[in-house]
Amino acid sequence: MSTDVRPDPVDAVAPEPLSDHTKHPGRFGNRLFSGISLASGILILATLVAVAAFLLREALPAITSSTQDIADFTRGLSLGQYIAPLVFGTVLAAIIALVIAVPLSIAIALFIAHYAPKRLAGPVAYAIDLLAAIPSVVYGLWGFYWLVPLVGPFFDWVSTTFSFIPLLADYAPPAKNITSAAVVLAVMVLPIVTAVSREVFLQTPRLHIEASLALGATRWEVARMAILPFGRSGVISASMLGLGRALGETMAVLMILAPFAKGSSFFSWHILQSAQHQTIAANIAQQIREAHGLSVSVLIASGLALFAITLVVNMIARWIVSRRAAFSGAN
Amino acid sequence: MAVQTQSPTGPTPTPTDAAPSFATTASGRRRKRTNTIMAVVVTVAFLIALIPLISLLVEVVVRGGKMISWDFLTTDMAGVFGDMTTGGVEHAILGTLQITALATLISAPIGLLAAIYLVEYGTGRLAKTLTFFVDVMTGIPSIVAGLFAVALFALLVGPAYRSGLMAAVALSVLMIPVVVRSCEEMLRLVPNELREAAYALGVPKWLTIIKVVLRTSLAGIVTSIVLAIARVIGETAPLLLTVGIVTTVNTNMLDGRVATLPVFAYSQYAQDSQGVGADRAWGAALVLIVMIMLLNLVARFISRRFSIAEK
Repeated sequence: MSTDVRPDPVDAVAPEPLSDHTKHPGRFGNRLFSGISLASGILILATLVAVAAFLLREALPAITSSTQDIADFTRGLSLGQYIAPLVFGTVLAAIIALVIAVPLSIAIALFIAHYAPKRLAGPVAYAIDLLAAIPSVVYGLWGFYWLVPLVGPFFDWVSTTFSFIPLLADYAPPAKNITSAAVVLAVMVLPIVTAVSREVFLQTPRLHIEASLALGATRWEVARMAILPFGRSGVISASMLGLGRALGETMAVLMILAPFAKGSSFFSWHILQSAQHQTIAANIAQQIREAHGLSVSVLIASGLALFAITLVVNMIARWIVSRRAAFSGAN
Repeated sequence: MAVQTQSPTGPTPTPTDAAPSFATTASGRRRKRTNTIMAVVVTVAFLIALIPLISLLVEVVVRGGKMISWDFLTTDMAGVFGDMTTGGVEHAILGTLQITALATLISAPIGLLAAIYLVEYGTGRLAKTLTFFVDVMTGIPSIVAGLFAVALFALLVGPAYRSGLMAAVALSVLMIPVVVRSCEEMLRLVPNELREAAYALGVPKWLTIIKVVLRTSLAGIVTSIVLAIARVIGETAPLLLTVGIVTTVNTNMLDGRVATLPVFAYSQYAQDSQGVGADRAWGAALVLIVMIMLLNLVARFISRRFSIAEK
């Protein structure tokens, strides 16, 4: 590549033979500059390690202590009993959010990549990206003041109509339940899932699309037989990126969900009941003010669990996405 | 609708829109019907996604708008309690600006240098690992970044220590990966011919990077950093853990709690979700959203005005 006369500008690896010429003036500068930029790169990797290390270091007292030591804070629960329902609530909220967000995102991504006229596609994509610019605390306010009163009657109807399904039974107003929180989470993860899916859909080889059209496929058949199969792994990794976001979101859950009472250990599938669930992130934000000493350590231990879960989810997502394209949610 | 074979989404057919001629068989009609239904479904999905965006913006502007006054923007919360309707967000605006500026001071150089490493120096395993983990880091939950700052400073200084610096460190953990990825993209846009021309003139590599690569991509880099600021300025959870809330201005970033707009909005909501607290929360939310929109506009302006692509 470096001997190419006109190297691909996107693939900007500085030509090695040419940069070797600096035996003289810039040698010190070269060393210094490459040293600093390498150090910055390593610092970033070190930060990630440090996040894990410091969380572990601060969580250790809680992990090694006996149930009696932390009983004051956890109301008699052991560390495992304390964290497990939180993990359950976190995962449940994130999964409900994904169940709502992923089909919508796929449809929107298809709309942008395949259905919308070219002139409209740009503004439409921009409008969806705007959703990502809104701070989580504003989503919390919106959820509490606008969404919760609005979905209450709907939940009520669903719950009474389908009361034979345990999952939906026993709704009681106000709608400060995990489903309301998950709806807000769904709105929050929508932009990232849509953006990644859209990028992957746009990479569908033109020939695949034209071949299907030549065979007489309708627009939807092109989507179903050419675009969606091509983008499947991309959609999976987009969903996992969304999952990572939904797992770690704090404010929306903190402001909307009425959590279970402190010291109870709930694994409830009643997703329309309030005071049945709590997530790790919201619990930390709620409890940290009154916590000190070993209690902080307990909370940090739960944060460590959250970090581990999101790290694994993100690594799998990135691994899938990095196999196919240089695309990241950061842009 | 029944005789139309084109997609109902728009009157302008694209080349991919070549209408297949359907036989008047049952299967042909079924395929056509499915096609129409799916086009409607996909369009409706987009319209559904607009509901939260529009309703949220309307709510913020309407509810927040009635709070906005010169007094609200220029007073703090000192001596305000109970149902008093006075008080404002001056201290929170200042705190947000200070902490975000400090976070930018930490993140921008590290992020930019790491991007330079990836584009200009990085080859092989380390560069690949770095790219991968920078992407993974964009997914770190904000509350974990806050806990990291709490854990770090508990060890370095003491468990009761709270300061703007702590918050800035937490925000940097979230901001650096964003800066790296977007700056990296900007640096990759610089044509290789420019670098080669500089090398041919005997310019050392580091000077080439500073005088050619960075200068060419300056607008893009500034845009990236401004967008990264817009991204972290609304973060709430890490600030809640690290600086909490106070009622007055605190300009000392090394000591003491600092008020910020997102935490102000949350704490007002938490104190009094039906009365004046709610109003203040919406007011703070509006100020915050206006700040973010301004940052986005600035970024757009810079990239339009100074973009290399247009020269």
